[in-house]
Amino acid sequence: MSSLTIFHRELKSYFAQPTAYAIIVIFLILSLGFTFTFGNFMSVGDASLEYSFFFWHPWLYMLIAPAVGMKLWADEQRNGTIELLGTFPVSTWSVIVGKFLAAATVTLVALILTFPIVITVNYLGSPDNGAIISGYIGSFLVCCTFLAITMLVSACTRDQVVCLIVSVTICSIMVLCGYDDFTRELAKATSSSTVEAIIAFGVWDHFSSLNRGLFRLQDFVWFASFIGLCLLGTSTILSAKRA
Amino acid sequence: MIEVAKLSKHFGSKVAVDNLSFTVAKGEVLGFLGPNGAGKSTTMRMVTGFIPPTSGDAKICGSSITENPAAAKTKIGYLPESAPLYNDMTVVGFLKFCAAIRGLVGVEKNEAVEKAIETCFLTTVAHQSIDTLSKGYRHRTCLAQALLHDPEVLILDEPTDGLDPNQKFEIRQLIKRLGETKAILFSTHILEEVEAACTRAVIVDRGKIVADGTPAELIAKAPNGSLTELFRKVTTTDTAA
Ligand SMILES: Nc1ncnc2c1ncn2[C@@H]1O[C@H](COP(=O)(O)OP(=O)(O)OP(=O)(O)O)[C@@H](O)[C@H]1O
Ligand SMILES: [Mg+2]
Repeated sequence: MSSLTIFHRELKSYFAQPTAYAIIVIFLILSLGFTFTFGNFMSVGDASLEYSFFFWHPWLYMLIAPAVGMKLWADEQRNGTIELLGTFPVSTWSVIVGKFLAAATVTLVALILTFPIVITVNYLGSPDNGAIISGYIGSFLVCCTFLAITMLVSACTRDQVVCLIVSVTICSIMVLCGYDDFTRELAKATSSSTVEAIIAFGVWDHFSSLNRGLFRLQDFVWFASFIGLCLLGTSTILSAKRA
Repeated sequence: MIEVAKLSKHFGSKVAVDNLSFTVAKGEVLGFLGPNGAGKSTTMRMVTGFIPPTSGDAKICGSSITENPAAAKTKIGYLPESAPLYNDMTVVGFLKFCAAIRGLVGVEKNEAVEKAIETCFLTTVAHQSIDTLSKGYRHRTCLAQALLHDPEVLILDEPTDGLDPNQKFEIRQLIKRLGETKAILFSTHILEEVEAACTRAVIVDRGKIVADGTPAELIAKAPNGSLTELFRKVTTTDTAA
Protein backbone atom coordinates (compact mmCIF):
# COMPACT_ATOMS: atom_id res chain seq x y z
CA MET A 1 0.00 0.00 0.00
CA SER A 2 2.67 2.52 0.98
CA SER A 3 4.83 1.21 -1.86
CA LEU A 4 2.03 2.22 -4.18
CA THR A 5 1.91 5.77 -2.78
CA ILE A 6 5.67 6.11 -3.22
CA PHE A 7 5.41 4.61 -6.71
CA HIS A 8 2.80 7.21 -7.68
CA ARG A 9 4.83 10.10 -6.36
CA GLU A 10 8.02 9.01 -8.07
CA LEU A 11 6.32 8.35 -11.36
CA LYS A 12 4.61 11.74 -11.26
CA SER A 13 7.91 13.40 -10.52
CA TYR A 14 9.51 11.70 -13.53
CA PHE A 15 6.77 12.92 -15.83
CA ALA A 16 6.39 16.34 -14.19
CA GLN A 17 9.93 17.13 -15.27
CA PRO A 18 11.53 16.66 -18.67
CA THR A 19 13.56 13.69 -17.31
CA ALA A 20 11.25 10.90 -18.42
CA TYR A 21 10.48 12.41 -21.82
CA ALA A 22 14.13 13.08 -22.59
CA ILE A 23 15.08 9.57 -21.63
CA ILE A 24 12.29 7.95 -23.60
CA VAL A 25 12.98 9.99 -26.72
CA ILE A 26 16.72 9.39 -26.56
CA PHE A 27 16.19 5.67 -26.07
CA LEU A 28 13.86 5.49 -29.05
CA ILE A 29 16.15 7.48 -31.33
CA LEU A 30 19.23 5.49 -30.41
CA SER A 31 17.70 2.02 -30.35
CA LEU A 32 15.88 2.44 -33.65
CA GLY A 33 18.76 4.41 -35.13
CA PHE A 34 21.28 1.69 -34.38
CA THR A 35 18.92 -0.95 -35.71
CA PHE A 36 18.64 0.70 -39.08
CA THR A 37 22.28 1.74 -39.41
CA PHE A 38 24.86 -0.48 -37.72
CA GLY A 39 22.33 -3.23 -37.20
CA ASN A 40 21.81 -3.51 -40.96
CA PHE A 41 18.18 -4.24 -40.27
CA MET A 42 17.06 -3.81 -43.87
CA SER A 43 19.87 -5.62 -45.69
CA VAL A 44 20.29 -8.66 -43.45
CA GLY A 45 17.01 -9.98 -44.77
CA ASP A 46 16.48 -11.89 -41.57
CA ALA A 47 13.19 -11.42 -39.80
CA SER A 48 14.69 -11.78 -36.35
CA LEU A 49 15.47 -8.88 -34.08
CA GLU A 50 18.22 -10.57 -32.13
CA TYR A 51 21.29 -8.93 -33.67
CA SER A 52 19.80 -5.92 -35.36
CA PHE A 53 17.70 -4.63 -32.47
CA PHE A 54 18.12 -6.30 -29.08
CA PHE A 55 21.88 -6.46 -29.43
CA TRP A 56 22.11 -2.71 -28.77
CA HIS A 57 19.97 -2.67 -25.65
CA PRO A 58 22.58 -3.50 -22.98
CA TRP A 59 24.85 -0.82 -24.48
CA LEU A 60 22.06 1.73 -24.26
CA TYR A 61 20.91 0.70 -20.80
CA MET A 62 24.35 1.12 -19.35
CA LEU A 63 23.82 4.86 -19.88
CA ILE A 64 20.05 5.15 -19.72
CA ALA A 65 19.41 3.19 -16.52
CA PRO A 66 21.86 5.24 -14.39
CA ALA A 67 20.34 8.41 -15.82
CA VAL A 68 16.87 7.29 -14.76
CA GLY A 69 17.86 5.97 -11.36
CA MET A 70 20.52 8.40 -10.17
CA LYS A 71 18.12 10.74 -8.44
CA LEU A 72 16.24 8.05 -6.52
CA TRP A 73 18.13 8.36 -3.24
CA ALA A 74 20.75 11.00 -4.03
CA ASP A 75 18.06 13.68 -4.35
CA GLU A 76 16.31 12.50 -1.23
CA GLN A 77 19.52 12.83 0.76
CA ARG A 78 20.46 16.18 -0.73
CA ASN A 79 17.06 17.76 -0.03
CA GLY A 80 16.74 16.19 3.40
CA THR A 81 13.40 14.65 2.46
CA ILE A 82 14.87 11.36 3.59
CA GLU A 83 14.16 12.67 7.08
CA LEU A 84 10.46 12.80 6.21
CA LEU A 85 10.50 9.32 4.72
CA GLY A 86 12.41 8.04 7.74
CA THR A 87 9.78 9.34 10.14
CA PHE A 88 6.71 8.29 8.17
CA PRO A 89 5.21 5.02 9.36
CA VAL A 90 6.51 3.09 6.34
CA SER A 91 9.30 0.58 6.13
CA THR A 92 12.45 1.44 4.17
CA TRP A 93 11.80 -1.68 2.16
CA SER A 94 8.45 -0.52 0.83
CA VAL A 95 9.98 2.83 -0.18
CA ILE A 96 12.77 1.01 -2.01
CA VAL A 97 10.29 -1.19 -3.87
CA GLY A 98 8.08 1.77 -4.79
CA LYS A 99 10.99 3.79 -6.13
CA PHE A 100 12.44 0.86 -8.03
CA LEU A 101 9.12 0.09 -9.71
CA ALA A 102 8.65 3.73 -10.71
CA ALA A 103 12.06 3.85 -12.40
CA ALA A 104 11.40 0.49 -14.06
CA THR A 105 8.09 1.80 -15.37
CA VAL A 106 9.76 4.76 -17.08
CA THR A 107 12.11 2.46 -18.96
CA LEU A 108 9.30 0.02 -19.64
CA VAL A 109 7.37 2.80 -21.37
CA ALA A 110 10.41 3.53 -23.51
CA LEU A 111 10.77 -0.14 -24.36
CA ILE A 112 7.10 -0.57 -25.24
CA LEU A 113 7.25 2.46 -27.53
CA THR A 114 9.68 0.58 -29.77
CA PHE A 115 6.72 -1.54 -30.94
CA PRO A 116 6.75 -0.17 -34.53
CA ILE A 117 9.83 -2.30 -35.16
CA VAL A 118 7.83 -5.42 -34.28
CA ILE A 119 5.09 -4.39 -36.68
CA THR A 120 7.72 -3.74 -39.35
CA VAL A 121 9.32 -7.19 -39.13
CA ASN A 122 5.91 -8.81 -39.17
CA TYR A 123 5.06 -6.83 -42.27
CA LEU A 124 8.30 -7.64 -44.03
CA GLY A 125 8.58 -11.29 -43.14
CA SER A 126 7.40 -13.91 -40.71
CA PRO A 127 9.51 -13.66 -37.56
CA ASP A 128 9.38 -15.88 -34.53
CA ASN A 129 7.19 -13.67 -32.35
CA GLY A 130 7.80 -15.85 -29.32
CA ALA A 131 11.50 -15.07 -29.56
CA ILE A 132 10.72 -11.38 -29.91
CA ILE A 133 8.62 -11.42 -26.74
CA SER A 134 11.29 -13.24 -24.81
CA GLY A 135 13.81 -10.78 -26.24
CA TYR A 136 11.76 -7.95 -24.80
CA ILE A 137 11.57 -9.71 -21.44
CA GLY A 138 15.33 -10.22 -21.44
CA SER A 139 15.92 -6.63 -22.41
CA PHE A 140 13.69 -5.37 -19.60
CA LEU A 141 15.41 -7.62 -17.08
CA VAL A 142 18.82 -6.27 -18.09
CA CYS A 143 17.46 -2.77 -17.63
CA CYS A 144 16.07 -3.63 -14.17
CA THR A 145 19.42 -5.09 -13.18
CA PHE A 146 21.16 -1.85 -14.10
CA LEU A 147 18.49 0.17 -12.31
CA ALA A 148 19.02 -1.89 -9.17
CA ILE A 149 22.76 -1.22 -9.34
CA THR A 150 22.11 2.50 -9.79
CA MET A 151 19.77 2.49 -6.83
CA LEU A 152 22.44 0.89 -4.66
CA VAL A 153 25.00 3.48 -5.72
CA SER A 154 22.46 6.26 -5.28
CA ALA A 155 21.98 5.28 -1.64
CA CYS A 156 25.70 5.81 -1.04
CA THR A 157 25.92 9.41 -2.19
CA ARG A 158 24.00 12.64 -2.12
CA ASP A 159 25.59 13.71 -5.37
CA GLN A 160 23.78 12.70 -8.56
CA VAL A 161 26.83 13.19 -10.76
CA VAL A 162 28.95 10.88 -8.62
CA CYS A 163 26.13 8.35 -8.71
CA LEU A 164 25.88 8.60 -12.50
CA ILE A 165 29.59 8.12 -13.09
CA VAL A 166 29.97 5.24 -10.66
CA SER A 167 26.91 3.35 -11.87
CA VAL A 168 27.74 3.83 -15.55
CA THR A 169 31.16 2.37 -14.82
CA ILE A 170 29.74 -0.67 -13.03
CA CYS A 171 27.13 -1.25 -15.72
CA SER A 172 29.73 -0.92 -18.50
CA ILE A 173 31.87 -3.54 -16.81
CA MET A 174 28.85 -5.82 -16.66
CA VAL A 175 28.21 -5.29 -20.34
CA LEU A 176 31.83 -5.84 -21.31
CA CYS A 177 32.20 -8.98 -19.20
CA GLY A 178 30.77 -11.69 -21.34
CA TYR A 179 30.79 -9.66 -24.53
CA ASP A 180 32.29 -12.03 -27.11
CA ASP A 181 35.12 -9.89 -28.48
CA PHE A 182 36.20 -8.98 -24.98
CA THR A 183 36.12 -12.49 -23.55
CA ARG A 184 38.05 -13.87 -26.52
CA GLU A 185 40.87 -11.44 -25.81
CA LEU A 186 40.63 -12.26 -22.14
CA ALA A 187 40.81 -16.00 -22.79
CA LYS A 188 44.24 -15.52 -24.36
CA ALA A 189 45.53 -13.78 -21.26
CA THR A 190 44.06 -15.78 -18.39
CA SER A 191 42.86 -19.22 -17.45
CA SER A 192 39.49 -20.51 -18.61
CA SER A 193 38.01 -20.65 -15.11
CA THR A 194 38.68 -16.93 -14.63
CA VAL A 195 36.99 -16.21 -17.92
CA GLU A 196 33.99 -18.28 -16.92
CA ALA A 197 33.71 -16.41 -13.66
CA ILE A 198 33.83 -13.12 -15.53
CA ILE A 199 31.23 -14.25 -18.04
CA ALA A 200 28.98 -15.25 -15.18
CA PHE A 201 29.18 -11.70 -13.84
CA GLY A 202 28.24 -10.17 -17.19
CA VAL A 203 24.74 -9.85 -18.53
CA TRP A 204 25.23 -11.29 -22.03
CA ASP A 205 25.07 -14.93 -21.13
CA HIS A 206 21.63 -14.52 -19.59
CA PHE A 207 20.41 -11.96 -22.06
CA SER A 208 21.39 -13.84 -25.23
CA SER A 209 19.63 -17.04 -24.30
CA LEU A 210 16.38 -15.15 -23.67
CA ASN A 211 17.03 -13.27 -26.86
CA ARG A 212 17.03 -16.55 -28.77
CA GLY A 213 13.69 -17.42 -27.27
CA LEU A 214 15.09 -19.75 -24.67
CA PHE A 215 13.43 -19.59 -21.26
CA ARG A 216 16.01 -20.96 -18.88
CA LEU A 217 15.18 -20.97 -15.19
CA GLN A 218 18.78 -20.18 -14.33
CA ASP A 219 18.60 -16.83 -16.14
CA PHE A 220 15.51 -15.73 -14.25
CA VAL A 221 17.09 -16.83 -11.00
CA TRP A 222 20.22 -14.87 -11.88
CA PHE A 223 18.32 -11.67 -12.70
CA ALA A 224 16.02 -11.97 -9.71
CA SER A 225 18.78 -12.65 -7.23
CA PHE A 226 21.00 -9.89 -8.61
CA ILE A 227 18.18 -7.35 -8.37
CA GLY A 228 17.16 -8.65 -4.96
CA LEU A 229 20.70 -8.38 -3.63
CA CYS A 230 21.09 -4.82 -4.88
CA LEU A 231 17.83 -3.74 -3.26
CA LEU A 232 18.78 -5.48 -0.04
CA GLY A 233 22.15 -3.72 -0.18
CA THR A 234 20.33 -0.40 -0.64
CA SER A 235 18.31 -1.00 2.50
CA THR A 236 21.43 -1.95 4.45
CA ILE A 237 23.33 1.14 3.32
CA LEU A 238 20.43 3.45 4.12
CA SER A 239 20.09 2.15 7.66
CA ALA A 240 23.85 2.12 8.20
CA LYS A 241 24.04 5.77 7.12
CA ARG A 242 21.57 6.87 9.75
CA ALA A 243 23.32 5.22 12.66
CA MET B 1 2.84 10.61 25.96
CA ILE B 2 6.51 11.21 25.20
CA GLU B 3 8.76 9.37 27.62
CA VAL B 4 12.45 9.75 26.96
CA ALA B 5 14.61 7.49 29.09
CA LYS B 6 18.39 7.77 29.27
CA LEU B 7 18.75 8.61 25.62
CA SER B 8 22.32 8.94 24.34
CA LYS B 9 23.84 9.51 20.93
CA HIS B 10 27.52 9.32 20.09
CA PHE B 11 28.94 10.35 16.73
CA GLY B 12 32.33 8.68 16.78
CA SER B 13 33.98 9.97 19.92
CA LYS B 14 31.67 12.97 20.06
CA VAL B 15 28.78 12.82 22.52
CA ALA B 16 25.87 14.73 20.99
CA VAL B 17 23.20 13.64 23.49
CA ASP B 18 24.20 12.45 26.92
CA ASN B 19 21.83 10.32 28.98
CA LEU B 20 18.85 12.58 28.47
CA SER B 21 15.57 11.82 30.27
CA PHE B 22 12.34 13.79 30.29
CA THR B 23 8.63 13.29 29.76
CA VAL B 24 5.95 15.33 28.06
CA ALA B 25 2.39 14.60 29.16
CA LYS B 26 -0.81 15.20 27.24
CA GLY B 27 -1.77 18.87 27.45
CA GLU B 28 1.82 19.92 27.91
CA VAL B 29 3.97 22.05 25.63
CA LEU B 30 7.65 21.55 26.34
CA GLY B 31 10.07 24.16 25.04
CA PHE B 32 13.48 22.74 24.19
CA LEU B 33 16.17 25.37 24.53
CA GLY B 34 19.90 25.29 24.19
CA PRO B 35 22.83 26.78 22.32
CA ASN B 36 23.77 25.69 18.80
CA GLY B 37 25.06 22.14 18.76
CA ALA B 38 23.53 21.31 22.15
CA GLY B 39 21.89 18.21 20.74
CA LYS B 40 18.28 19.39 20.35
CA SER B 41 17.82 18.27 16.78
CA THR B 42 19.66 15.04 17.42
CA THR B 43 17.32 14.25 20.32
CA MET B 44 14.29 14.95 18.16
CA ARG B 45 15.63 12.77 15.36
CA MET B 46 15.99 9.91 17.80
CA VAL B 47 12.57 10.41 19.34
CA THR B 48 10.95 10.41 15.89
CA GLY B 49 12.81 7.26 14.90
CA PHE B 50 14.91 8.79 12.14
CA ILE B 51 18.23 7.85 13.73
CA PRO B 52 18.70 5.00 16.20
CA PRO B 53 19.97 6.01 19.65
CA THR B 54 23.34 4.74 20.84
CA SER B 55 21.60 3.77 24.07
CA GLY B 56 18.33 4.47 25.84
CA ASP B 57 14.82 4.55 24.47
CA ALA B 58 11.86 6.80 23.85
CA LYS B 59 8.23 5.78 24.21
CA ILE B 60 5.47 7.48 22.26
CA CYS B 61 2.04 6.84 23.77
CA GLY B 62 3.46 3.63 25.23
CA SER B 63 5.07 2.31 22.02
CA SER B 64 8.82 2.13 22.03
CA ILE B 65 10.40 3.85 19.04
CA THR B 66 13.20 1.30 18.89
CA GLU B 67 11.13 -1.85 19.36
CA ASN B 68 7.87 -0.92 17.72
CA PRO B 69 8.71 1.96 15.38
CA ALA B 70 5.71 1.53 13.07
CA ALA B 71 3.18 2.01 15.86
CA ALA B 72 5.10 4.88 17.44
CA LYS B 73 5.57 6.75 14.16
CA THR B 74 1.85 6.83 13.38
CA LYS B 75 1.33 8.88 16.54
CA ILE B 76 3.93 11.52 15.71
CA GLY B 77 3.81 14.64 13.58
CA TYR B 78 7.32 15.89 12.92
CA LEU B 79 8.69 19.10 11.48
CA PRO B 80 12.40 18.61 10.70
CA GLU B 81 14.76 21.52 11.23
CA SER B 82 15.47 22.13 7.55
CA ALA B 83 11.78 21.83 6.55
CA PRO B 84 12.55 19.46 3.67
CA LEU B 85 10.03 19.27 0.81
CA TYR B 86 9.75 17.70 -2.63
CA ASN B 87 10.45 20.62 -4.92
CA ASP B 88 8.78 19.09 -7.94
CA MET B 89 5.33 19.02 -6.34
CA THR B 90 2.67 21.61 -5.60
CA VAL B 91 1.70 22.36 -2.01
CA VAL B 92 -1.56 20.43 -2.34
CA GLY B 93 0.14 17.57 -4.16
CA PHE B 94 2.75 17.29 -1.45
CA LEU B 95 0.22 17.33 1.36
CA LYS B 96 -1.93 14.74 -0.41
CA PHE B 97 1.11 12.51 -0.76
CA CYS B 98 1.91 12.85 2.94
CA ALA B 99 -1.71 12.14 3.86
CA ALA B 100 -1.79 9.07 1.64
CA ILE B 101 1.38 7.70 3.14
CA ARG B 102 -0.17 8.18 6.57
CA GLY B 103 -2.98 5.91 5.43
CA LEU B 104 -5.65 8.55 4.80
CA VAL B 105 -7.83 7.97 1.74
CA GLY B 106 -10.69 9.55 -0.18
CA VAL B 107 -12.80 12.22 1.47
CA GLU B 108 -10.93 11.89 4.72
CA LYS B 109 -7.67 12.67 2.94
CA ASN B 110 -9.03 15.72 1.15
CA GLU B 111 -10.56 17.07 4.33
CA ALA B 112 -7.31 16.59 6.24
CA VAL B 113 -5.37 18.40 3.52
CA GLU B 114 -7.87 21.26 3.39
CA LYS B 115 -7.80 21.65 7.14
CA ALA B 116 -4.00 21.66 7.29
CA ILE B 117 -3.86 24.27 4.51
CA GLU B 118 -6.25 26.49 6.44
CA THR B 119 -4.48 26.01 9.76
CA CYS B 120 -1.11 26.95 8.32
CA PHE B 121 -2.43 29.83 6.16
CA LEU B 122 -1.42 28.28 2.87
CA THR B 123 -4.61 28.95 0.89
CA THR B 124 -3.00 31.53 -1.40
CA VAL B 125 -0.15 29.21 -2.43
CA ALA B 126 -2.04 25.92 -2.40
CA HIS B 127 -1.55 25.25 -6.10
CA GLN B 128 1.88 26.81 -6.41
CA SER B 129 4.92 24.69 -7.14
CA ILE B 130 7.01 24.21 -4.01
CA ASP B 131 10.29 25.29 -5.60
CA THR B 132 8.88 28.80 -6.11
CA LEU B 133 7.74 29.27 -2.49
CA SER B 134 9.39 31.75 -0.16
CA LYS B 135 11.19 30.42 2.89
CA GLY B 136 8.38 31.13 5.34
CA TYR B 137 5.83 29.39 3.13
CA ARG B 138 8.11 26.39 2.75
CA HIS B 139 8.36 26.19 6.49
CA ARG B 140 4.61 26.39 6.90
CA THR B 141 4.06 23.73 4.23
CA CYS B 142 6.26 21.38 6.15
CA LEU B 143 4.44 22.26 9.35
CA ALA B 144 1.13 21.49 7.63
CA GLN B 145 2.51 18.05 6.78
CA ALA B 146 3.07 17.40 10.49
CA LEU B 147 -0.54 18.26 11.38
CA LEU B 148 -2.29 16.28 8.64
CA HIS B 149 -3.14 13.15 10.54
CA ASP B 150 -4.06 14.97 13.75
CA PRO B 151 -1.26 13.25 15.71
CA GLU B 152 -1.26 12.87 19.47
CA VAL B 153 2.37 13.92 19.66
CA LEU B 154 3.93 16.84 17.84
CA ILE B 155 7.68 17.28 17.57
CA LEU B 156 8.62 20.58 15.98
CA ASP B 157 12.21 21.60 15.37
CA GLU B 158 12.29 25.40 15.34
CA PRO B 159 8.74 25.84 14.01
CA THR B 160 8.95 29.64 13.88
CA ASP B 161 12.31 29.82 12.12
CA GLY B 162 12.14 32.08 9.09
CA LEU B 163 8.59 33.32 9.72
CA ASP B 164 7.56 36.97 9.76
CA PRO B 165 6.41 38.50 13.09
CA ASN B 166 2.72 38.02 12.24
CA GLN B 167 3.22 34.38 11.41
CA LYS B 168 5.41 33.83 14.45
CA PHE B 169 2.53 35.09 16.54
CA GLU B 170 0.00 32.90 14.71
CA ILE B 171 2.11 29.77 14.97
CA ARG B 172 2.70 30.36 18.68
CA GLN B 173 -1.03 30.66 19.18
CA LEU B 174 -1.48 27.49 17.14
CA ILE B 175 1.05 25.59 19.24
CA LYS B 176 -0.63 26.79 22.41
CA ARG B 177 -4.06 25.78 21.13
CA LEU B 178 -2.93 22.37 19.89
CA GLY B 179 -1.06 21.83 23.15
CA GLU B 180 -4.30 21.62 25.07
CA THR B 181 -5.07 18.22 23.58
CA LYS B 182 -1.67 16.95 22.48
CA ALA B 183 1.84 16.49 23.80
CA ILE B 184 4.15 18.94 22.06
CA LEU B 185 7.92 19.11 22.10
CA PHE B 186 9.36 22.08 20.26
CA SER B 187 12.78 23.64 20.06
CA THR B 188 13.45 27.32 19.65
CA HIS B 189 16.09 29.99 20.00
CA ILE B 190 13.53 32.70 20.75
CA LEU B 191 13.17 32.93 24.49
CA GLU B 192 9.95 34.98 24.40
CA GLU B 193 8.32 31.98 22.82
CA VAL B 194 8.82 30.07 26.01
CA GLU B 195 6.64 32.47 27.95
CA ALA B 196 4.20 32.81 25.08
CA ALA B 197 3.55 29.17 24.30
CA CYS B 198 5.17 26.70 26.72
CA THR B 199 3.83 25.13 29.85
CA ARG B 200 7.33 23.92 30.68
CA ALA B 201 10.85 24.39 29.35
CA VAL B 202 14.16 22.60 29.57
CA ILE B 203 17.54 24.02 28.67
CA VAL B 204 20.07 21.54 27.32
CA ASP B 205 23.76 22.13 26.98
CA ARG B 206 26.21 19.67 25.42
CA GLY B 207 23.60 16.95 25.48
CA LYS B 208 22.63 17.36 29.13
CA ILE B 209 19.67 19.06 30.80
CA VAL B 210 20.91 22.05 32.79
CA ALA B 211 17.59 23.69 33.72
CA ASP B 212 14.02 22.44 33.86
CA GLY B 213 10.80 24.07 35.02
CA THR B 214 7.75 26.13 34.14
CA PRO B 215 8.52 29.52 32.57
CA ALA B 216 7.67 31.19 35.89
CA GLU B 217 10.03 28.92 37.83
CA LEU B 218 12.84 29.53 35.38
CA ILE B 219 12.38 33.27 35.54
CA ALA B 220 12.43 33.08 39.34
CA LYS B 221 15.77 31.26 39.13
CA ALA B 222 17.22 33.83 36.80
CA PRO B 223 19.67 36.37 38.23
CA ASN B 224 17.70 39.44 37.23
CA GLY B 225 14.39 38.03 36.21
CA SER B 226 15.10 37.47 32.54
CA LEU B 227 15.30 34.16 30.74
CA THR B 228 18.15 35.41 28.63
CA GLU B 229 20.31 35.89 31.70
CA LEU B 230 19.48 32.41 32.94
CA PHE B 231 20.25 30.95 29.53
CA ARG B 232 23.60 32.71 29.47
CA LYS B 233 24.41 31.59 32.98
CA VAL B 234 23.65 27.87 32.62
CA THR B 235 25.02 27.26 29.12
CA THR B 236 28.61 27.42 27.97
CA THR B 237 29.38 29.91 25.26
CA ASP B 238 31.62 29.08 22.35
CA THR B 239 33.98 31.82 23.40
CA ALA B 240 34.41 30.30 26.86
CA ALA B 241 34.79 26.71 25.68
N1 LIG C 1 25.47 12.97 11.46
C1 LIG C 1 26.30 13.55 12.35
N2 LIG C 1 27.60 13.19 12.39
C2 LIG C 1 28.45 13.76 13.27
N3 LIG C 1 28.09 14.69 14.17
C3 LIG C 1 26.82 15.09 14.19
C4 LIG C 1 25.85 14.55 13.28
N4 LIG C 1 24.66 15.14 13.52
C5 LIG C 1 24.88 16.01 14.53
N5 LIG C 1 26.17 15.99 14.93
C6 LIG C 1 26.76 16.79 16.03
O1 LIG C 1 25.97 16.65 17.18
C7 LIG C 1 25.89 17.87 17.89
C8 LIG C 1 24.44 18.23 18.16
O2 LIG C 1 23.85 18.67 16.94
P1 LIG C 1 22.33 19.12 16.85
O3 LIG C 1 22.01 19.32 15.42
O4 LIG C 1 21.51 18.17 17.62
O5 LIG C 1 22.38 20.53 17.60
P2 LIG C 1 21.17 21.53 17.87
O6 LIG C 1 21.01 21.61 19.33
O7 LIG C 1 19.99 21.15 17.08
O8 LIG C 1 21.79 22.89 17.33
P3 LIG C 1 21.06 24.10 16.58
O9 LIG C 1 20.55 25.00 17.63
O10 LIG C 1 22.20 24.77 15.84
O11 LIG C 1 20.02 23.56 15.69
C9 LIG C 1 26.63 18.91 17.05
O12 LIG C 1 27.88 19.13 17.63
C10 LIG C 1 26.76 18.28 15.71
O13 LIG C 1 27.93 18.68 15.08
MG1 LIG D 1 18.91 21.97 15.62
